[in-house]
Amino acid sequence: MTSVLVKDLTLKFGALTVLDTLNIDIPEGEFLVLLGASGCGKSTLLNCIAGLLDVTDGEIHINDRNVTWAEPSERGIGMVFQSYALYPQMTVAGNLSFGLRNARMPKDEIAARVARAAEVLQIEPLLDRKPAALSGGQRQRVAIGRALVRDVDVFLFDEPLSNLDAKLRADLRVEIKRLHHNLKNTMIYVTHDQVEAMTLADRIAIMKGGVIQQLDTPTEIYNRPINKYVAGFIGSPEINFFEGRIEGNHFVTDDLNIPLAEYAFQSGKLDRPAWFGIRPEHILSGDMARDLPFSQEVEIEIVEPMGSDTLAWTTLGGHPLRIRMDGQAAVASGTRLLVGFDPARGSFFDAASELRL
Amino acid sequence: MATSPGTSKRPMRLLRNLNAKIASIPMVATALVIFVGCTLWTVVYSFTDSKLLPRLNFVGFDQYDRLWGTRRWLVSIENLAWYGVCSLILTLVIGFTLAALLDRKVRFENTFRTILLYPFALSFIVTGLVWQWILNPDFGVQQVVRDWGWTSFTFDPLYNPDIVIFGILIAGIWQGSGLIMVIMLAGLRGIDEDIWKAARVDGIPTWKTYVVVIIPMMRPVFVTALVLIASGIVKVYDLVVAQTSGGPGIASEVPAKYVYDKMFASQNLAQGFAASTMMLVSVIIILIPWAYLEFGGKKRG
Amino acid sequence: MVDASQPRGPKPRKRLSRGNIMLYGTLIVVAMYYALPLYVMIVTSLKGMPEIRMGNVFSPPVEITFQPWVKAWSEACTGINCDGLSRGFWNSVQILVPSVFLSIIIASINGYALANWRFKGADVFFTILILGAFIPYQVMLYPIVIILREMGLYGSLWGLVLVHTVFGMPILTLLFRNYFTAIPEELFKAARVDGAGFWGIYFRIMLPMSLPIFVVAMILQVTGIWNDFLFGVIYTRPEIYPMTVQLNNIVNSVQGVKEYNVNMAATLLTGLVPLTIYFVSGKLFVRGIAAGAVKG
Repeated sequence: MTSVLVKDLTLKFGALTVLDTLNIDIPEGEFLVLLGASGCGKSTLLNCIAGLLDVTDGEIHINDRNVTWAEPSERGIGMVFQSYALYPQMTVAGNLSFGLRNARMPKDEIAARVARAAEVLQIEPLLDRKPAALSGGQRQRVAIGRALVRDVDVFLFDEPLSNLDAKLRADLRVEIKRLHHNLKNTMIYVTHDQVEAMTLADRIAIMKGGVIQQLDTPTEIYNRPINKYVAGFIGSPEINFFEGRIEGNHFVTDDLNIPLAEYAFQSGKLDRPAWFGIRPEHILSGDMARDLPFSQEVEIEIVEPMGSDTLAWTTLGGHPLRIRMDGQAAVASGTRLLVGFDPARGSFFDAASELRL
Repeated sequence: MATSPGTSKRPMRLLRNLNAKIASIPMVATALVIFVGCTLWTVVYSFTDSKLLPRLNFVGFDQYDRLWGTRRWLVSIENLAWYGVCSLILTLVIGFTLAALLDRKVRFENTFRTILLYPFALSFIVTGLVWQWILNPDFGVQQVVRDWGWTSFTFDPLYNPDIVIFGILIAGIWQGSGLIMVIMLAGLRGIDEDIWKAARVDGIPTWKTYVVVIIPMMRPVFVTALVLIASGIVKVYDLVVAQTSGGPGIASEVPAKYVYDKMFASQNLAQGFAASTMMLVSVIIILIPWAYLEFGGKKRG
Repeated sequence: MVDASQPRGPKPRKRLSRGNIMLYGTLIVVAMYYALPLYVMIVTSLKGMPEIRMGNVFSPPVEITFQPWVKAWSEACTGINCDGLSRGFWNSVQILVPSVFLSIIIASINGYALANWRFKGADVFFTILILGAFIPYQVMLYPIVIILREMGLYGSLWGLVLVHTVFGMPILTLLFRNYFTAIPEELFKAARVDGAGFWGIYFRIMLPMSLPIFVVAMILQVTGIWNDFLFGVIYTRPEIYPMTVQLNNIVNSVQGVKEYNVNMAATLLTGLVPLTIYFVSGKLFVRGIAAGAVKG
């Protein structure tokens, strides 16, 4: 069953088109992440779904109800903000009950709901505190609780973790995932952090310039990026790109001649100018590289040991190349090393349209 | 598909945000009726021959001709020019100097600031009356100096038509310089402390740091202060009424008083309208270069 | 607004260096000059007339008398009324209280609407409002007389209240708009998701968070309205003249012998309300005028 449906949604500020004919169909219980660089329109889209921005054209349906022009509170959504936006002058209990009081719910019903939400989120001891006296994690729980008590169908998250330090961010990320696992509500989550997107999402919508580039599962997006932008945006360290030509069974660039091997072309193989992208972790080295369709000896220039893995920088046929190796790999800069990859694990993009081939 | 009515239709433009629009009615009314409407009304009626009551009998620029032919208006303008230039320069200099002194990690800064600023809390009427008393030649400053033995000492600005405007200036600066000091102080505090460290490392003497580095950095603050002083100058009225009532004779008349007297005392409305329109013109002349400096070129968010 | 509480000039050197002596010397002399008029008012108001005629304005009173204060408060004459400044004082209070409340309520709602509920055209009116603050009052005085007369309010207390509300609006609206704009927008959004409307957000989210700015606005308005002379003299009639107008009429009346001590007592009495507010509120007053002064 469809939970949230965005139909031909367009938003313009004067002559500027911020969102351009977006279509998304979110099934019930899905965790959808809107991912993109700042200014791509992801937060704007979320605000439109929440009803905080008036759309120029198109429709928004929530639970099969057209809510395009409904007030935010009438849409059955709850929202968690980047700053958490807890009302500073109210206690935690006051924060949780504010929406219910606005809806003129009977007092005992409010009390019951607040108590239940506090139990689910384990914030019962904090109910009488003011937000200023809470830790970052506690604030997030109260912010989620504010949506929880209203018994909404859809949770909207607007970059809730981006103000936090790295450690807390990782903890709270897990907490959100656990919450989704328990509640099974539809959740739409905006972030610019691809780690958050990859770890949390059932599906990711990658946005750029007010347009959805690709809407798919994290693995699919990671392995089969639909265009060059998505390939470059997802993955850290960044994917390696080579500009060249597909000629027969080879991809030719400067003095490299890479066999296409088993690469599965979507729309038939044609000779044409193209980009080839291969992720740093798909480049193997040493003995493992020997039997791959493509391998070559290179000189390692810079080594960045990061503990869990090691990043090495080198040059392949005049192109800079990033390689991700095992954390214990003993390579030093200046050493020569055999590296190789299977082109079937990489991606080819048309040079003009930048779409996946 | 069950679609509840009412929420799917785009609401009428006018009704969107209705509460905010209703709440803004006083603001809209003030802006349109008072600031635009009344101003235009006065400008229009300044071209009539209204006397006791306003009437639309247009006489072209007659009122302006008469205005610029009236000695009292010319004296008012001359006074305003003297008062304006002196108070602009002195207030800026005094305000900045005092702020710079207070910014030098002075002990009892709050006490000093409290003393320098309290005159600003007082009305022009109170200010005018107390300085009228201090400058009283029989009991005030003049008499004090004479009592010390300098019997020929003369300092009676309020009774000397040639310098009476400077007597008013003394009071005006006493009242207003504290405000400028506070603004300048806020400006000085807004300057990155590293600037001072850099200047000290470079071995630039303190006074030179102020002149070469700090003052240029405080340009916006100076502009604000300037606009503030200037728009205050044009409105000078209460102070003169309290201190000298425009005397001796007409020696300390100012435009605002001319307007009031024509409109409400001598039943010569159109003269008053013409004079006030001239005041408006002078303000516009001050404001346009400022607006250009402030907003011209780049737009602010 | 920059925090003005931390001195950040160059570090002072040794305690009693020549520069330091000059610095403090200058400041003390300047402070004495600024304090002088207040001192003169006080000493003059405490002297008898014979003593004033003998000495000068700066000499301290030999024999302290409170008679001038009593006379200024309850006996001084303006025209035919001889019930002292007390009349003006109570007039001013009656003008002040509704003016302050009305102007602050209206301006805060304006500021809130401008900061959070921007509708098309709102900025145009706001710009006109701010530019209006620079228009000399003289240009608008007479048409307002006509408007008030049409409304039947000319010469009445409520007419003056309305005038104060109108002319206080630009600066107060700016003050509130800037304050509300600085409150994180997400709080406002959260409240909307929670189902609060225009008034609900104003009263239950914005108001409780904005007490300091209301105090600042109150200080600004109390001082400004109490000190007003021009509007009082134009838009009211003699029986309800505010204190400043009555003070000027007492001191600058041409009839009778000048009683300088009574005059100074009256002057001091008139200045007492804003002075008290100033000395009590301290930092907030400074913040208010600085906020009011640094526009935009």
